[in-house]
Amino acid sequence: MNPFARFETIVAFRFMREGLTQTLLIVFGVALGAGVIIFMSALLAGLQANIVRRTLNFQAPIEILAPDQIARQLRDGGPASVAAQIQPRSQQLRSVDQWQKVLGDVAEMPGVTAVTPVVAGPGFARRGEATKSVSITGIDIASFFDVIALPEKIVAGRDDVGPLDIIIGIELAKDLGMAVGDKLSLTTAAGVASTLTVIGIFDFGNKGANERNVYVALRTAQNLLDLPGGATSIEVKVHDPFAAEKIAQIIRGGTDLEVDSWIRTNAQFFSAMSAQILANTLIRVFVGLTVALGIASVLVVSVVQKSKEIGILRAMGTERAQVLRVFLIQGAFMGLTGALAGALLAWGFLLLWRGVARSADGTPLFVVVIEPSLFAIACVGATIVGILSAAIPARRAARLDPAVAIRG
Amino acid sequence: MHNAHDSSLPPVGTQAPRGAVRREAASPVATLRLEGVTKSYGVGTPVAVEVLHGIDLTLQHGEFAALIGPSGSGKSTLLNLIGLLDKPNAGRLFLAGEETGALDESTLTKLRGRAIGFIFQYHHLLPAFTALENVMMPMLAARGAVDGAMRERAADLLARVGLTRWREHKASDISGGQQQRVAIARALAMDPLLVLADEPSGNLDTENADAVFDLMRDVNAASGTTFLIVTHDPRLAHRCDRIVELVDGRIVSDRPNVDVVRRG
Repeated sequence: MNPFARFETIVAFRFMREGLTQTLLIVFGVALGAGVIIFMSALLAGLQANIVRRTLNFQAPIEILAPDQIARQLRDGGPASVAAQIQPRSQQLRSVDQWQKVLGDVAEMPGVTAVTPVVAGPGFARRGEATKSVSITGIDIASFFDVIALPEKIVAGRDDVGPLDIIIGIELAKDLGMAVGDKLSLTTAAGVASTLTVIGIFDFGNKGANERNVYVALRTAQNLLDLPGGATSIEVKVHDPFAAEKIAQIIRGGTDLEVDSWIRTNAQFFSAMSAQILANTLIRVFVGLTVALGIASVLVVSVVQKSKEIGILRAMGTERAQVLRVFLIQGAFMGLTGALAGALLAWGFLLLWRGVARSADGTPLFVVVIEPSLFAIACVGATIVGILSAAIPARRAARLDPAVAIRG
Repeated sequence: MHNAHDSSLPPVGTQAPRGAVRREAASPVATLRLEGVTKSYGVGTPVAVEVLHGIDLTLQHGEFAALIGPSGSGKSTLLNLIGLLDKPNAGRLFLAGEETGALDESTLTKLRGRAIGFIFQYHHLLPAFTALENVMMPMLAARGAVDGAMRERAADLLARVGLTRWREHKASDISGGQQQRVAIARALAMDPLLVLADEPSGNLDTENADAVFDLMRDVNAASGTTFLIVTHDPRLAHRCDRIVELVDGRIVSDRPNVDVVRRG
């Protein structure tokens, strides 16, 4: 049945049209509120997604490492041990014990989308007279690219590293004056040296990573770092980056391995983000509350203004529930149209933001994705807020005594 | 002028008034019957006031009765009770033979919409709606959604009150007399058993008041709808078939209007 042919809808819309200025003002008010909420949410989501993406560009959400080596006291108790000072042990580069089994177990866990073994350690890159300290990462290209999207970051050359190949960052290439096809000598503390061919240059958008990270084949790294058959860490990719710490805890619980999530290693960033989310939530709640109060107050006034008409309608056989619905529909309409107008407003502002917020080199400061779901949620939310705010005035209208209302 | 206490007049109900004769046989049940109806305000407080004291009143199908009485005599209270807008504190009220005292709010509302038409002194149309929509409104409230038949009936009713030309005009854009005609059409929308008119011409000049009154009489004669008209105007009261007089919450006189009955 056509909802616009229904009694409640007809009366609700006519009442709103009768008080057009009132209706337009409140719709405008709701639009501003909804617009602010949508704009802020999109901006914050964009900012967060941007930081998360940048961080996870070159870092896996979860990293499984060999447990730290601990210096133990030889004798327990006794007078001699009281004065004993235990110095923390220096940590050797070690392989994760039975890493193939750990890898298999972790890959089976729910929420985990990809796993890859990595051999990483320090080294020096040398070309001619220039030497740079680097962080060597040995990768298994079959699985590594599922965890870290390195191929997307290659700006020159290719990504399929063979035993005598190396991929370096754009900054290192600049510092050493290298291009794809050039030879580079890699030396490690173990005293092993190897001459490798640069087959690709990447840009992670992070100067540190572009300067220090170099990628070689897993076997090459094992030889260079003297860890034949080993893996210093297992990198884990998860479906929801924000669930990384939860999954890390589960892994930690089942083994004695050291498991780091990116949430732990970037704790400062996360506390800043939490504060930002909290502030945004507070603003949303207060704006929502203001919108709700606005709708409620307009409808309270409307009930007073229309009490005679309500009385007449009741005398003519209109039921309380029908009167209630007349006002709930008005609340829902004000919420929904306000939110739709607010969505348009927010969309305009976001486009404007995209144009204005640029870094010095003209590239966008960060990408704000205009998510249709955010607009849908805002519209549904505003409609619900509208209905809830209309509840009190609607109840009042429904409970009006027709005899009293008609007398005025 | 009639003597309000003329004991030579036959008692109510024994002699059917003009409009009711042909429907009496078809419908033996009285349209309205009040038995010992009492209404008090402020019950349970030190300022409780009894406004109506044991009212007994019967309206037969097709009657055209006037309810008169000074201000404060309880006419409006009685009208509200009869119109199911309020409930009596004691006594029983039957509408078409059905006892209304035990009905819940929702059933009462539905019954009111179906069985009773209201005409108020200040017409009380919905200003945001056209004349046609105002007439459709009781049907719309009862059926929930607009349909063609509803529109047609409203148009017919407006034609009957001579307002076809004005049907698309907003209620607030037509004259007082026309508004009251729309109110009459609206009161008839659900083909009610009983139309309650509260000073229907109180706000109109003599010419318009007569026209509105004639219209109600025509409807009564044509469709046999029962009318109870509250009026201060003795001239109009004496054009009704029966005059019920209320003083201080009691019916002090209830008699057929001999002039009209004789003429009829």
